[in-house]
Amino acid sequence: MKLARDTWLVYQRQLLLMARSPVWIAVGLLQPLCYLLLFAPLLTSALAASGAHSTADAYRIYVPGLLSALALMGGLFTGFTLLGELHAGVIERSRVTPVSRVALLLGRALRETTALLIQSALIAVLAIPFGLTVGLADLLLAMAMLALMALMASSVSYGLALLVPTDAALGPVVNTIAQPLALLSGTLLPIALAPVWLRTAASWNPCYWAVEGMRALFAGHLDAPEVWRGLLLTALLTVVAVAWSARLFAQRIR
Amino acid sequence: MIVTKGLRKSFQPRRGAAAVDAVRGIDLNVAEGEIYGLLGPNGAGKTTTLRMLATLLAPDGGAATVAGADLRAEPSEVRRRIGYVAQGGGTTDQATAREELVLQARMYGVRKAEAVRRAEQGLAAFDLTEFGDRVCKTYSGGQRRRLDLALGVVHRPRVLFLDEPTVGLDPRSRSQVWAEVRRLREQGMTVLLTTHYLDEADALCDRIGIVDNGGIVTEGTPEELKQEISGDSVTIGLPGPEATTGAERALAELPCVQRLEALPGEDGLRLHVDSAATAIPQLLRTLAAVGIEPEHVQLQRPSLDDVFLALTGRALVHSG
Repeated sequence: MKLARDTWLVYQRQLLLMARSPVWIAVGLLQPLCYLLLFAPLLTSALAASGAHSTADAYRIYVPGLLSALALMGGLFTGFTLLGELHAGVIERSRVTPVSRVALLLGRALRETTALLIQSALIAVLAIPFGLTVGLADLLLAMAMLALMALMASSVSYGLALLVPTDAALGPVVNTIAQPLALLSGTLLPIALAPVWLRTAASWNPCYWAVEGMRALFAGHLDAPEVWRGLLLTALLTVVAVAWSARLFAQRIR
Repeated sequence: MIVTKGLRKSFQPRRGAAAVDAVRGIDLNVAEGEIYGLLGPNGAGKTTTLRMLATLLAPDGGAATVAGADLRAEPSEVRRRIGYVAQGGGTTDQATAREELVLQARMYGVRKAEAVRRAEQGLAAFDLTEFGDRVCKTYSGGQRRRLDLALGVVHRPRVLFLDEPTVGLDPRSRSQVWAEVRRLREQGMTVLLTTHYLDEADALCDRIGIVDNGGIVTEGTPEELKQEISGDSVTIGLPGPEATTGAERALAELPCVQRLEALPGEDGLRLHVDSAATAIPQLLRTLAAVGIEPEHVQLQRPSLDDVFLALTGRALVHSG
């Protein structure tokens, strides 16, 4: 009860601050639009090998990957917003109050998740004219998966920001994690196109299973094993990431 | 209201490096309604002490009770009873003072309607009503500091911790902050602050603990400290070398004179006495008895800087 109330307090404040920086909203929306409009058309021929015979097919493979990449990348880089708050002393001020430490994390990570879901909904709508069709149940489940991915990635990112609290150091650390993670998830191009050793490596990456699940959902295979496997793995990882990061919020000095 | 016993904290600068003792065992006893100042140079351990008492740092050893709650056993209870204002404050640039005050009160569990009411009161009490709905980014240093204070007390804590409350403020804002702190004390709040400004410790604090090298070197009221350490010094100008020698002989025997020396290059004496207030009449009486009429008498009150110098061998003003 207290956790829910405190999370709501922190979340409200974070939404307010987000609404007051329109630049970030604009950037957040423009970037995925560029990918959707300028990059996706290239894919029809590139994805022919994966069974894409039309623009609609290409979008069905590409859009879930793009959304997953946004969730993972957007989440992993959100730690930088925490650095600002750390330097301003906002986190320290909160830590002296009896407010729940998990709420300090969750309120922020949920802000990031909210932003991502808005972005994703917009992209999904914009892809309709290109022939993307997704069932409502599939889409809702895909959104749930995305929300989990964003929650997990931003929790990890906040944890890293608490461990490495300078701009100069956090950048390389996050990049080092984000790049192989995204590449081995097959977010931009399906891993099915890769040589065997790469596919083996990817199968050890939980995010790969999440992206596979997303693609299955967009293809309309609600009952495919990839879906529940992806959801389960992501949910598990999210719990671990939130627990780890919340511990740091409770302990870290800065 | 705040009692500590042997509070300790050390840090390891790097993995494998030797630990540095930031606080080597601090004993404090701050009474209710008192303004207690920890005075010392940067790096003396003042902020670390404050952060431990505010539950931001776990002590390595020792014990402490803050506002009746045990620091190590029930830190969350301590949090409920204290306010803490960090050196750099902690306001969000994009939020308004009113929003910050409401959020702060709500983080302490205050209901929304009550939080809105307290924010209004806080703005009025700290002279911020005029700017209450502007974002903090637009505030001057003094306004921001007043908001920090308002945030620190919005939940009506019994104990308030202030870390270097007036660092970087112009003189007008400084005295305004001092006035606010005194007002809080009048309302019965106990205040523990750190400062490396002598005049601040002198003007604001009821009692001072002088901190150096992670420990309290001495403590007392500003007056006690000044008296205890260096007494006062009195300069007496005399009409000629003969009178000087005579006065030296007569005054050296007085019990209130700790030591005396002839002034270099002029006729007169400098005397160190326990308390000038009681010594000067005696000095004048003794001189009159031997028929010497002083030309002028000057009194120098010692400063806290003299105290710090006497205790640590360093001047505070230059050691920061």
